[in-house]
Amino acid sequence: MLNNHSIPARTRGADHSPESPLSIHDLTVAYDRKPVLWDVDLEVSAGKLIGIVGPNGAGKSTLIKAVLDLLPRASGHVNIFGKSYKESRARVGYVPQRESVDWDFPVSALDVVAMGRYRKIGWCRPVTRSHKNAAMEALDRVGIANLAHRQISQLSGGQQQRAFLARALVQDADLYLMDEPFAAVDAATETAIVGLLQNLRERGKTCLIVHHDLQTVREYFDEVILMNMRVVAHGPTETTFTEENLRKTYGGKLTLLGEAAEANARQSAGKH
Amino acid sequence: MPDNPRENTDRIYLFVCFDPMPLLRKIILSLMLWLLAVSGSPLSAAIGHDHPTATKYESITDRSFAWPSVDEWVRVLTLRDYNTRVVLVGTTLLGIAAGILGCFTLLRKRALMGDALSHATLPGIGIAFMLAVMTGGTGKSLPILLLGAAVSGVLGLAMILLIRNLTRLKEDTALGIILSVFFGAGVAVLGVVQSMGKGHAAGLESFINGKTASMVASDAQLIACVAALVVFFCVALFKEFRLICFDADYAKSQGWPTILLDVVMMSLVIVVTVIGLQAVGLILIIALLIVPAAAARFWTERLVVMLMIAGLLGAASSLIGASLSALLPNFPSGAMIVLTATVFFLISMFLGAERGVFIRWANRWKFEKKVRRQHLLRAVFELVEGDEIGAGTPAYPISFQDLLAMRSWSARRLSREVGRAVRDGLIIETYAADRKIKFTQQGFREAALVVRQHRLWELYLITHADIAPSHVDRDADTIEHVLGPDMMAELEALLFTTGVPASPHKVETQALPGH
Repeated sequence: MLNNHSIPARTRGADHSPESPLSIHDLTVAYDRKPVLWDVDLEVSAGKLIGIVGPNGAGKSTLIKAVLDLLPRASGHVNIFGKSYKESRARVGYVPQRESVDWDFPVSALDVVAMGRYRKIGWCRPVTRSHKNAAMEALDRVGIANLAHRQISQLSGGQQQRAFLARALVQDADLYLMDEPFAAVDAATETAIVGLLQNLRERGKTCLIVHHDLQTVREYFDEVILMNMRVVAHGPTETTFTEENLRKTYGGKLTLLGEAAEANARQSAGKH
Repeated sequence: MPDNPRENTDRIYLFVCFDPMPLLRKIILSLMLWLLAVSGSPLSAAIGHDHPTATKYESITDRSFAWPSVDEWVRVLTLRDYNTRVVLVGTTLLGIAAGILGCFTLLRKRALMGDALSHATLPGIGIAFMLAVMTGGTGKSLPILLLGAAVSGVLGLAMILLIRNLTRLKEDTALGIILSVFFGAGVAVLGVVQSMGKGHAAGLESFINGKTASMVASDAQLIACVAALVVFFCVALFKEFRLICFDADYAKSQGWPTILLDVVMMSLVIVVTVIGLQAVGLILIIALLIVPAAAARFWTERLVVMLMIAGLLGAASSLIGASLSALLPNFPSGAMIVLTATVFFLISMFLGAERGVFIRWANRWKFEKKVRRQHLLRAVFELVEGDEIGAGTPAYPISFQDLLAMRSWSARRLSREVGRAVRDGLIIETYAADRKIKFTQQGFREAALVVRQHRLWELYLITHADIAPSHVDRDADTIEHVLGPDMMAELEALLFTTGVPASPHKVETQALPGH
């Protein structure tokens, strides 16, 4: 039965067609009335690996948390695949900072990964075999399936980080938000994560990754968002990750600026 | 030799195959059935069937002591009379509920909030009593008193949340304020109640320190049913509670109502406090929420197992404590229960299978033994390798004196270590002209592995960590004993070597002057 309401409903349905995975309009976030993010406007394109780079306290984690409704917004709105976060929650995978939890917790790596399925499992139901299998598969993808039954405090830092990644993977999302997945991991884990990210890109997923190592930005990311309490620059790494933009981002912090410029010079030298 | 890690995972794997959740449900179900069987059928008979001790309300200051007669021991221990039986069932279920819920509050790092909430129940009890008396009752009706306690507890919780969210005060400050203000108000209200001149008011004091003797069968039935309900909630919300305890932000990002779950958890704490008022009392109920859970943590690295152990310890503490108090009516049952729980805690702390103090000592001792063995094997290997004739002959005998000069070890310690290696069939000792030592086949194989580990690590330090060759020996010495097989495989791939590589530095004797 068609009625008057069906028409706007259909228009809304059209929003499903290639929408930006993440668009942010005029987002401002404040802690105790002191703004830490100002007027952020972002339109992220699909199927890209996007690095979020900026100095300490630039609001990189805050941006991710605000997108996930973990922090109250002072103003602005966020659309994920054309809808609010609440509506498209199932399509978003979140990898928090590793330090955000107490790893001395009585669960195994498999238990942690299975948490990515809890929403699908629903209230009060136990984690069934099929969900455990899915979790096992995700652990295999990050290369630590052999450690599935180990208590999480007995994992190395890199292995803990991989468990967190697996927890987001098991959700099979379309947009991944990762908070410093490369922080304090070993070389083997770094390689594994890079491989995983490229695999996600091949499958058309979009990944926003908070990153702190300027040296590897050009190598890892298609696009870069330079931030310092606001978005300084956003665009393809090739054209955006420039000395000029880095100076604007890290302005005043000379040591970091020097490091960044040096990294940039090295990269450019390598290109020619 | 590195420990085989598969041994460990196999054991854990076996454990995983055994899924304790159905078992937990069965235990709970059977406990509920048992409860019904014991207390359910003759419900009407229970009411009014008060045992003499049950109606004996004494002042909290009455400390006259009388050793129970043999008759009384028998009566309590054989659960002969109906009242004792029901009271013990009630408190035991209370212990299970507190133990299980305590695990979650402990892991949510909210253990002390339970303390604030339990103290916050006191004014409610006093006011409920007053209201009941004013409306013509005796004020002794348990449900009314518990309702007052619950209302007061919820009010306390709401005020803690208000203070935390509306001001910049931290949670511990909010807890301190609510705990002291509510308890102070409660004491004042009790003072008013006592001045009302109603004799029964003395019974209220048993709520502070706990007194199972003041419980009648109908009270115990109520407590048992509510405790079973709390356990049911914990089991049903097991997955959700585990998630918010581990990573609340992630839970929130996934759309779980974390605030609601927290409120449910804290409400369950209030419920346990309220039903524990008679048995344990409001000052000590927090111990029943913390101590069994903390003790259980020493035994396991799995949450499900931790819940079961905590429930068990809580049940045992309550049962034993309440029985003791039934025998010695002047000892508050709250104190007895807490003391019993403390004994369990101390046992767990020292003997706990996963994190206990003794197991950690034992592991440390085993590790040191392994290190000493590896040092011996490497020293012998390097001596054989360094000898012009001996090189290439695994079982070439070397002298004890040369071995002594290899490291800074005393002759006595070395002798003991050699003796151990001989017993394990790694080394053969001969005493012809002087004391000589040689490898067995097995000993040589193990020594080659140890030396290989040591040298791979040295090579890694030199080639990848940029450390001077003269310094690597000491560094490799500390780390080689903890290298796992996966780490060794990585080193191999990195350094492209197989077999035992040559030492990257001159093998020196370590003997210092004076040794």
